[in-house]
Amino acid sequence: MELNQSLYRQRRWTNAIGLTLSMGSMALGLAVLLWILVVLFSNGVAALDWNMFTQSTPAPGTEGGGLANAIVGSLLMVGFSVLVSTPIGILAGVYLAEYGDQSKTAELTRFVTDIMLSAPSIVLGLFVYAIAVATVGTFSGWAGTLALSLIAVPVVVRTTENMLRLVPGSLREAAFALGAPRWKVATMVTLRAARSGVMTGLLLAVARISGETAPLLFTALNNQFFSTDMSRPMANLPVVIFQFAMSPYDNWIRLAWGGALLITLSVLVLNIVARVFLREKSAA
Amino acid sequence: MTNTVTPARNALELRNLNFFYGKFQGLKQVNMNIEERKVTAFIGPSGCGKSTLLRTLNRMYSLYPGQRAEGQINFYGQNILDDKQDINLLRARIGMVFQKPTPFPMSIYDNIAFGVKLYENLSSNDMDDRVEWALTKAALWNEVKDKLNQSGLSLSGGQQQRLCIARSVAVKPSVLLLDEPTSALDPISTGKVEELVHELKQDYTIAIVTHNMQQAARCSDYTAYMYLGELIEFGATEQIFFKPTKTETEDYITGRFG
Repeated sequence: MELNQSLYRQRRWTNAIGLTLSMGSMALGLAVLLWILVVLFSNGVAALDWNMFTQSTPAPGTEGGGLANAIVGSLLMVGFSVLVSTPIGILAGVYLAEYGDQSKTAELTRFVTDIMLSAPSIVLGLFVYAIAVATVGTFSGWAGTLALSLIAVPVVVRTTENMLRLVPGSLREAAFALGAPRWKVATMVTLRAARSGVMTGLLLAVARISGETAPLLFTALNNQFFSTDMSRPMANLPVVIFQFAMSPYDNWIRLAWGGALLITLSVLVLNIVARVFLREKSAA
Repeated sequence: MTNTVTPARNALELRNLNFFYGKFQGLKQVNMNIEERKVTAFIGPSGCGKSTLLRTLNRMYSLYPGQRAEGQINFYGQNILDDKQDINLLRARIGMVFQKPTPFPMSIYDNIAFGVKLYENLSSNDMDDRVEWALTKAALWNEVKDKLNQSGLSLSGGQQQRLCIARSVAVKPSVLLLDEPTSALDPISTGKVEELVHELKQDYTIAIVTHNMQQAARCSDYTAYMYLGELIEFGATEQIFFKPTKTETEDYITGRFG
């Protein structure tokens, strides 16, 4: 073999440039992420104390206070959203992957889901405001739940469908070959084969909605007091962070940092759990 | 001796069978009989339609829009291509094992019980017996009897394939379709599956697609040679391998044997 020196040099150069560029972008991305985390931790850790979990948000001008009402409010609304969007999302995903396939209805559903996925969350918030707040006359935890569900459902639909599509067709055929009806094949075989992927989708949806602020601004609004009444305005972490961070009070700003750290940590934990689920899947 | 020789019965009779993938014709005017409790092998080069033919026999193709069959397939006298045929029931009576092992993501026990539960309501004792019976039939019982609760995916490839055979046998079909059941297996596992085929034909009618001509010669009673969607020659395995009447058949067989 005769080595073409100039071609070889050129290839090495191209390689070096490509590698430098991609390493550079990676470093930039990581640096920004680290920067965010460092700032968040240095400001947030100061706010982390027991009071944050036991006391409600303080009135203007008063000392101390915590985020108990906002934490419980967020948990309630995110929890109810999960209860609503899990069955809808998984059933729709199963329909798209196992039943509809190429049908017009499925194509339309996919199209709408994709639009919903990329729709600005503030638009969804305004929509829920128009149908569930303006008509009833009060902001409420239920309206917040509805807005969060609208964001979560398309995420669950798409991940469920994608995960089901990863299940090899041969597994489906094998179940059909035993005389199993389609619903049994879908529930007992394919959904089971894809369950860790579907779980991952659910966790990612939770992570996504637990940090959403815009859809809650017009729907759950906020509540200075501790309340578990879903038909009344409800405190929640993202809106509290938004309001407190822009306030002139030191203790409010401190609490905003604490809340931001709390959300980030929960999302981080959810993402890690989701990854563990996926790893289990690839190991099986 | 009261041993009366029963005349050969056909489990399946194919009449003027044509098959289409959209516009492409995959099978052309196939006529043949598949005899009860015998092993019928289908051989031929890739793309000749042998798997397609097998997939018409349990109407597996019905899962895919755009695929259709014309003509008749009479299963003990009943045309299964009829629209009125209940496809799920048909598949419970005509089982199928695929090229690659496809254990379901559940325990070994549940892999077997899954199909049985679809059409039978057994007590847990009867189900235990059925699972043992099927696994014994598939020569797998001794290897898995202590780990029935483990995932079917934890078995080796050869064991997985025998699990799939056990799963098909467990529902007690009358016909078993084997689509290249050993092509993903090592020679030892292949040997076991072939012995199994020999064993199973006491009770079942078997149709097997294979790329391996020695396999067809070893384990079948009848052999069909297909090429480009046509059934070129069909007859007793010995006759096909030793005295083929068509030159195409002879070319294919001798070409491979060298």
